[in-house]
Parts: sequence; structure tokens; C-alpha cells
Amino acid sequence: MIDLHTVYWILGLVVVGGPLWLFVLLGLSSLIGRPLGEAAVSRWVQAISWTGLLSTLAILVLMLALGTRRVPLEFGNWVRIPHYHLALKIEFDRLSVPFAILSFLLCGTIGAFAAKYMHREPGFNRFHVLYALFLLGMILTSVAGTIETLFTGWELVGLSSALLVAFFQDRPAPVRNGLRVWTVYRVSDAALLLAAVALHHLRGEGDFDLFLGSAPWPAGPTVLSSQQAFLVGLLIVAAAAGKSALIPFCGWLPRAMEGPTPSSAVFYGALSVHLGAFLLLRVSPLLDRSPVLSAVVVAAGLATALLSAASARVQTDIKSALSLASLTQVGIIVAEIGLGLRYVPLIHILGHACLRTLQFVRAPSVLLDYGELENAIGGRLNAEANLASRRLSHPWRRRLYRFAFDRGHLDALLDDWCVRPLRAAMRWCDALERRWVAFLSRGEAHTATATGHPTPPLEELA
Amino acid sequence: MSHLHWPWLELGILIPLLGAAVAARFRDPRDSRRWSLVFSGATLACTLCAWQDFTTLHTFEADDRWRFLSDLCGRELFVIDELSAPLLPHVALLYFLTGFATLRTKVRRFSFPGMLVSLAFTLATFSSKQPWLIILLLALGTVRPYLELRARGQPARVYAVHMAAYVALLVLGQTFVSREEGEQVHSLWAILPLLVAILIRGGIVPFHCWLTELFDHATFGTALLFVTPLTGAYAAMRLVLPIAPDWVLRSLGLLSMFTAVYAAAMALVQTEGRRFFARLFLSHSALVLVGLDIVTPIGLTGALCIWLSVGLSLGGFGLTLRALESRRGRLSLVDFQGLYDHMPALAICFLITGLGCTGFPGTVGFVGTELLVDGAVEAYPYMGAAVVIATALNSIAFVQTYFRVFTGTRYASSVSLALDRREQAAVLTLMALILAGGLVPQFAVSKRHHAAVMLLQQRGVRSSAQRWEDHSSRPARDVTDPAATSPPHPQARRSGTFAGGDGLRGGT
Repeated sequence: MIDLHTVYWILGLVVVGGPLWLFVLLGLSSLIGRPLGEAAVSRWVQAISWTGLLSTLAILVLMLALGTRRVPLEFGNWVRIPHYHLALKIEFDRLSVPFAILSFLLCGTIGAFAAKYMHREPGFNRFHVLYALFLLGMILTSVAGTIETLFTGWELVGLSSALLVAFFQDRPAPVRNGLRVWTVYRVSDAALLLAAVALHHLRGEGDFDLFLGSAPWPAGPTVLSSQQAFLVGLLIVAAAAGKSALIPFCGWLPRAMEGPTPSSAVFYGALSVHLGAFLLLRVSPLLDRSPVLSAVVVAAGLATALLSAASARVQTDIKSALSLASLTQVGIIVAEIGLGLRYVPLIHILGHACLRTLQFVRAPSVLLDYGELENAIGGRLNAEANLASRRLSHPWRRRLYRFAFDRGHLDALLDDWCVRPLRAAMRWCDALERRWVAFLSRGEAHTATATGHPTPPLEELA
Repeated sequence: MSHLHWPWLELGILIPLLGAAVAARFRDPRDSRRWSLVFSGATLACTLCAWQDFTTLHTFEADDRWRFLSDLCGRELFVIDELSAPLLPHVALLYFLTGFATLRTKVRRFSFPGMLVSLAFTLATFSSKQPWLIILLLALGTVRPYLELRARGQPARVYAVHMAAYVALLVLGQTFVSREEGEQVHSLWAILPLLVAILIRGGIVPFHCWLTELFDHATFGTALLFVTPLTGAYAAMRLVLPIAPDWVLRSLGLLSMFTAVYAAAMALVQTEGRRFFARLFLSHSALVLVGLDIVTPIGLTGALCIWLSVGLSLGGFGLTLRALESRRGRLSLVDFQGLYDHMPALAICFLITGLGCTGFPGTVGFVGTELLVDGAVEAYPYMGAAVVIATALNSIAFVQTYFRVFTGTRYASSVSLALDRREQAAVLTLMALILAGGLVPQFAVSKRHHAAVMLLQQRGVRSSAQRWEDHSSRPARDVTDPAATSPPHPQARRSGTFAGGDGLRGGT
């Protein structure tokens, strides 16, 4: 007779193992130069999505039927040496189960959509390898029971996202945007790791369990003091801000729309943009302990929502407008989390992600519909005058328009205050080193290592 | 001392020397390469056998059973211990794959006999624990790049000045150490020259310029093989770590930490492929030195793991760059190259080896970086933060380079730029090792940890390692068990669980 734990264990294995198998299958076949055909890829994507979705639903049903609020599952230790181990542990609770279901549902839908949308596209196989990597990252992050597992998923999502933004890699613009996304994600990853570092410094150990408490989510009082919670929480908020494109990292989300529509829809419009909010929900005991931190979260959320709402209204392409509308909702969700709500933002995430996915996949055809409608009525559809155009004077309207169009000049500020000074300083050091080398090797004919390009490198970031 | 069942160590040193003599006899470089591959392959087999043989002995240290060279010299020359056991096949593999992946068009520029001599010196260095012998071998190891630079008519002064200072300081420092033998604490006259020598060989700022110059002017293969085994780190382990007081190691750690961040930031603004690689390498080798200087078992374990991962990842990364260079000449990072369509397999290798360098999850560098950050935080929290920043900068620089080389445009070429079978095999081997080491890290990490603990115990001072071992000798505790984690050990590793307590928990 199979006991309940074994059932959970098998279901958990299917939830995580399915996406892993999909990635290995698609990745290896591509690497050895024998990629699967389009039909086979689509069948595998659908099979894994359905299997994962049904397994997660089965876990949900079991948890509801038995009244279990938390199911931790251990798969042994990845590494174990004295006083150090990396545990392979996943956890199903009221936060991870809905997020995993959402991930499988939306990825499965988009997988079916992409089979048609990407048909005969030269990068069909590359897209699906990255898609599988993204799905694996999302599932790992959702059900992570350890900080290492979460970090692994977090990184996989980041890498796949950056490469998907640069999917149309024959043009420089998507590549530059992909690099920008990667840079922001790395800053976010570093903040997450630094949070762990800060925990070590403050508490002598870095266990998340020690500061999140042992009670099932969303309960679990933290053992950190208010100040400690603020310090660690601030780093986690920075990590969440990078991943969810909150202020001041808003700039990457519209840029991410350079990728193919299916990836824009499910990745940046629906799933990965909510990962920051998910992280904040996961560490919500920290917010409960520090009112100042909660206030910071509310402020970041509201500021993001306001800026995105303004920016969305002046976009000239539908995907950018949708991405900024999506960001507006994410800002509101983050503000809800800061206000101490837990289930409301979770439900908000689920509903918003589904709606936004639908809007994104509908976006290409809605343009066609508009065209047909305008042809039918024989003229342009009239846009209603908004509040700003009715109440504000022309100069102020123009200023507001510029501010919104340039997304609050945040990208320019980051470039001017962070990227350019760093690059300038490093170039100065480089020049200094070259002078030092020239001094040391005086008298020797110093052959130039000419690459034929004396100009400075590309300025993707600045 | 335990004995290996066969004289693998001396065979591993003599075979490449013999191979160099054989390969030098051929005028046709293709024949020379063929024979050098045979001999370097045999050397690789010997080092693997030495590692395997040593593993079966379950001891910290062993020497050859029949010692021809040692008997000839009248003293014990070569030993294998837990530090050097995996490094020997690691070095031999790098040499073998570099020779194996050398294209026919490049065989005239790359000296295969020289490569074999260099392999013999490097293996001898890693098999040696006698300070003066190590210094002699380290000095001999610096000669080949110099000769190559001179032979190619390239500027060699920067390299020569640094290496001369390096050898002179090693000799000076070891002279004082020998004179002060028996004393508990060595004088500054003994320690400082050794410390500066290590800084020079490790490419620590401000003594790092020789490394970028070497990459600029020597053949890529020679430069790669001279730096990737991290001989400077080995010298630090054998010459400095056993005698240096904590403040010396702390200073070395601080300088290494600065170098790791500085070199990573410099990698962001490089306009040429080789210089970029040199910066990336500097940053990672400095990270290894950071770990060596932390002097805690976890930090040292992390450093030893990164040592191997840097060799594998940057070795593979270097080979992919070398393959690119052999098709396109010196790689410019100013314009987009758009080479993906011509060499998708190489692009994937580039990506995976680069991710392996930066400690991406699932690659060989991940656990090492985690351990290093952990160890650094235990010792000095700001050092942990610096390691994280260096890693982030490295990964941004590397992806930036990937995009510049493989994407952004479509490169038009009338000839195939695809990898040949040899290159493919070499890079795929390293890639498989990078992924295998990342997915199944337990064996390597546990061995490295044991080596770290033993090395710290040999330091001669009662260090944190011994305190650590005192704790380790107690019954093992499961840190996920809440009952076992109270009171927490000061160096207790994070278990990373979100919620304490295991097993199923009933609902409320």
C-alpha cells in the first residue's frame, strides 16, 4: 500500500521532473545537431504541461481534502559536508501551489499558441529550448523549499528571459535590450544573494527558515528584530524590484517586448513580472515585522503604478502599452503586499496574469480587427479626450507627455548615474594601465594588437 | 608514508619529457602534433591512474612505489596528496585538449615539444611539496612563454620584469624561511617577499599587467596553459599558507578581493577578445586566492572547488575563443560579429563554459561559489558582498561578449566556419565535465573539503580548522532538524529551508 507521503513525493517529482526532462530533451537534441521536429516538440510541450498541471492539481485536491496546509518534500542532499549541505527540497503550500498551477496553465496555453505562431520560424527549436528553461525556472522558484532552489529557479528564469528578449538576434536592438534585461536581473540576483550575506552577518547563519518561522504561509513570525528585518528586507525588495520592473528598474519591461509575442505574453506580461511580488509574499513575515519596510514597499508599488499608468497612455505600439499596463497592476499588487494583505495580492496575481496573457496573444489580431473596423466606418476611431488634455495647459501637457513617454527618465538616470561613471572610471584605469605597460616596455617595439577597431565598445547599456 | 601501487607520478613527469624529445625530432609540425598527442594522452592516463590509485589508499599523502628520480637525487621529490590528486589529471587534461584542439593551420605557430616540457614542469610542480624544488620548477615554468615571445619578436620586457621579480622574491623569501627554520613565527623578511611573489604570479593588482601582456603577445594556447592551472595559487598553498600569520593572509585576501571586483569591472570595457579573457581570468583567479586566505574549512573548500571549476570553465572558454580566433583573427568586441548561424554549437559551448565560470546553477562553479560566499561571510562579511559583486559583474561582461560575438547581425561567409571534429570533441568534453560537476558535485566537494581541513590542520597554528574539526568529531547534526540546530554553531551552514521542521504537517 502506497502511503500518502509517497503519493506526494511522486507527484512532486512529476511537477519538477517534467520541465527538467523537457529541457534536457530539447537541449540535448539541439546540441548534438539532431533537433526534434515541430510536431514532436509541440507534443512534448503539451504532454509536460498537462502532466505538471494535473499533478499540481492532484496535490491541491489532496491538501484540501486532508486539510494539509504545507507539504515539504525532500529529494536528498545535492551536497553534504560537515556543517554545510544543499538540500533538494520543494514545498507545496497556499502560495506555491497556486503559482505552480498558474505557471503550468499559462505556459501550456502559450506552448499551444507558439506551435502555430512560430511555425517554420528559423529559431523554432531555440525558442522552445528557452521556453523549457523558463518553465523549469518558474516551477523551481514557485515550489522552492530552500533558498538555493529558489535562487536556481530565479537564475534560470533570468537567463531564459534575457535570451528570449534577444531572440531575433540578427538585429542589434533586441540584443541590446536582452543585455539590459540581463544586467538588471543580475543586479537583482546580487541583491538576493546579498540578503543572504546580510543574514549571515546579522544572525551568524543564513537560514530562511529561521527568519520566516515554521508556521505555514502566510503565518510565521520572524525572529529578526525590526532593524534587521528592514536591512535584509530592503535587499529583498531590491531583488524583487529588479525582477518585477519596479522603480527604478521599470525600463526593462517595455524593452523586453522585442522578443516574439508568445514569450512577451507569458514571460514578461504574465509570469516573470510577478516573480518579485511572489518573493515579497514569500518573505512577508519580514514585512510584518518592519513597518518602515512595509512603507517602502507600498511607496515603490504606488510609484511604479502611477508612472506605468501614465507611460502606458502615451505608447505607440500595443505590446509596450500592454506591458506598462501590466506593470501598473504589478505596482498595485506590490502596494497591496506592503499594506499587509496576503491573499488579495495572490488572487490579484492569478487573475491579472490570466487576463494579460489573453490580451497579449490577442494583440496581433486586434490590430487587424481595428483596421477592418476603421475600413468599415470609413474613418478613424475617435479617441476620447482624457483628464490631462481637458484640465492641463499645453506646456504642462507636453511636459507630462515627455515625462511619461520617457518613462520618468529613469533609464537615462540609471545610465547617467551608474553605467556611464563606471565605464568612464574603468576606461580611465585601462588607459592608465596601458601607459604603465608602455613605461615598463620602453625601448621595445610594442606591436599593436590591432583588431581594426580603435573606437570604444558598443554602448548597449549607456 | 603510503605508497602508490605504481610509479604514476614519475611516469607522468617522464613521459611528457620523453615525448618532447620525440616530438622535437620531427620537422613536419603535423607529425610533431600527432606524437605529442600520444604522449600527452599517456600522461593524462598516468595522472588519472595516480588519482584513482591514491583514492584507494584512503590516506592524506602518498608517494610512488618505485622512485627512479627520487633515488637518483637521494631525496624524496614527488608526492601526491588530497590537494594535488585531482589537480594532476586536471592539468594533464587541459594540456591534452589544448593540443588536441589546435587547428592544422595553427600547428606551425604552436610548439608541441614546448607544450610537453611545460606539462612536465607543471605536473612536477603540482607533485612536489619541497619548497626549494617548487621554486625551481616554478622558475623553470616561466621560461617557455618568455622564449616564445622572443622567438615571435613580441615585446617580452613586461613579462620578463615581472617573472624575474617573482622568482627573485621567492628565492629571497625562502632563504629567510630556511634560515629561520624551527622558529614558531617567521620574520617579515621571510614572509613579505613570498607574499609579493604570490601577488605577482597570481596577477593581483597592481602586479597584473604581465598577464594581459602575455595574452596580447603570446600564442593563445601558450598563454592559456601558463595561467589556467593556477600555479600561483599552488605556490600560495605550499609556500605561504603553512607559515603565514593571519594578518598576511588577510592582506592577501583583501588585495585579491579588490582584484576580483576590479578585473570584473575592467572586463566590461574591453574591446578585444584576448584582453577580455585575461580580465575574466584575473577576476576568477583572484576569487580563488580570496578563498585560500579566508582560512576556514568552508571558505577553503570553496576556493579549492573554484580552482577546479575555473580550470575547466575558463579552459573551455579559452578554447572556444581560440577556435573563434583561428577563424576570424583577433576578436573585436567593438562591433557585433553575428557568428551564431555559422557555429551554433560553439555558441552554446561559449555560453555554457561562460556560465560555468560565473557560478551559474547547474554548472561546476555553482557549489564552489556558494561555499566561497559562505566562507567569506563567516570570516569578513564585506568580503562575501565583494564576491557577489564580482560574480555579477563577471556574468554581465561575459553575456555582453557572447552577444557581441554571436549576435547582433548576420555574418556573411562563403566558407564554412563550423568546428572541426577535434575542436568539437575538446570543447564538448570540457562542457560535459562542467555540467557533470555541477549536477553531481558531491564527490568533488567532499574530497575538497577533506583536503581543506587537512591543509588547515597542517598550518601549525591552532586555527579555526581545528576548532571546526573538534565540532566535526561530535555526532553529526542535521541542521534541518530544529531540535539539532539549537544552539546554532557559529559556523553552521544555512540549510536554506523556508520553514523549519520536516515531514508532513497537519493543517490547522
